Amino acid sequence: MYFDGFFYVTCLIFALMFLTRFFEDIGRYFMLMKLVFRRPDNVRMYWSAFVRDLYSLGVNSLGLVCIISLFVGAVVTIQTALNLENPIIPKYYIAIATRESIILEFSPTMISLILAGKVGSNIASTLGTMRVSEQIDALEVMGVKSASYLIMPKIAATLFFNPILITLSMFLGIIGGYFFGTATGMVTPTEFTKGLQMDYRPFYIVYALIKTVVFAFVITSISAYYGYFVKGGAVEVGANSTKAVVTSSLVLILTNYLLTQLLLG
Amino acid sequence: MIRATNIHKSFGDAHVLRGIDATFMEGKTNLIIGKSGSGKTVFLKCMLGLHDLDEGEIEYDDRRLSQLSVEERRKLRLELGMVFQGSALFDSLSVEENVSFPLQMFSKMNASEIRDRTNFCLNRVNIENANSLFPAEISGGMQKRVAIARAIVMNPKYLFCDEPNSGLDPKTAMVIDELIQEITYEFNITTIINTHDMNSVLQIGDHINFLVGGKKVWEGNKEDVFHTDHEEMANFVFSSELFKKVRRAVRSE
Repeated sequence: MYFDGFFYVTCLIFALMFLTRFFEDIGRYFMLMKLVFRRPDNVRMYWSAFVRDLYSLGVNSLGLVCIISLFVGAVVTIQTALNLENPIIPKYYIAIATRESIILEFSPTMISLILAGKVGSNIASTLGTMRVSEQIDALEVMGVKSASYLIMPKIAATLFFNPILITLSMFLGIIGGYFFGTATGMVTPTEFTKGLQMDYRPFYIVYALIKTVVFAFVITSISAYYGYFVKGGAVEVGANSTKAVVTSSLVLILTNYLLTQLLLG
Repeated sequence: MIRATNIHKSFGDAHVLRGIDATFMEGKTNLIIGKSGSGKTVFLKCMLGLHDLDEGEIEYDDRRLSQLSVEERRKLRLELGMVFQGSALFDSLSVEENVSFPLQMFSKMNASEIRDRTNFCLNRVNIENANSLFPAEISGGMQKRVAIARAIVMNPKYLFCDEPNSGLDPKTAMVIDELIQEITYEFNITTIINTHDMNSVLQIGDHINFLVGGKKVWEGNKEDVFHTDHEEMANFVFSSELFKKVRRAVRSE
């Protein structure tokens, strides 16, 4: 009896602590976003930062996205083919399944999750290091709107470049499926092409790109939040980078469900 | 002139600043000295507006910091220069880009004027042939000098330096001290330096404030330091045998 009471009180205390922290984070996140979306002091400087971020956050991810997409496309095709070894089911269904898997889920969601790890940790650790080495304070002392100057170009860069990355990923995923599927003799080129064209819904591309843009914002803004408010030293920068990746991945998965329900449900 | 009145600042239960009153003179090198943890850096950051005060007032030539709007505060910051303890140079920018950054962001100068002003400031701190190098590629002493060049590039009225010669060898530390003092006199800047380097105190201390436990307990200049009877101050400045001998020699003159 005594144990039960102690257990419930402890759980209640932990739940309250978690909720307090959760709402504190939400509040600080939105206050940061208010600071981010302010009128730039100097558009030319923001443009330079945008181009720099476009390269470091977008162009630098091209290789990774291309390789992963190509091989996952291949794996999806091979696995689908192995599971459709029924002579009644036409082979072009392999291409349909590959196309739908790649466009609806793999490219927008899985690639965004991978980018949450790569880009998210990059943003959080860069901003965190700037915070602990007083570079952000230096910007503030100069009179620069630090949150806006450091974060807005990153958000703009990912909002602009992630749809390009995801479109490329869809294309390469399907090409990978086509190449490996036909090379292994699991499906003929004619059957694969027929399957790709059958029952095609252009809205799925729109749906995928809407998700991509929302995910890009989620990844960049949450990672920036964890980086911008780092307190301490190298250990805290590392810890906050991990938190940035974990939180943005979780929010991304939740948003994925909400968007799917809204747009396709 | 900068005036601080009854400054209080706490972080949680830690009451770091406990009612500091201080005046910092125009065209002079004003030093804030004290042991590590005495509140020097917090005091400096409060004056810069990086920390909000719990109580008290900071005045910049009759402009009260607490009464300035966000926009007025940003304008005031264009009159401030700051040399951080770790230099705080932007890693991703070259030496030239670091120094020209405030000009690029806020001035209406064209590219060649910006280049000229940047080179003037870099020459003033004796940096040559390093424009294209990155902070990681230059020594600590050079980083400090680049940070000074960046701090003065906008012609500030007020220059703040947080332990500008920490981590430097004695010779380079002296060069940095002399450079800051020369710049202060040359451009008639109100300079405030946080330090616990005794060479700095005796070399460039036009006006010295001594903090203990978040309170100002002594003020004077570098001459007064030798003749003070304030025991805590004397023990702090003349802690080494060498400095004690110097003090005895000066007092016996």
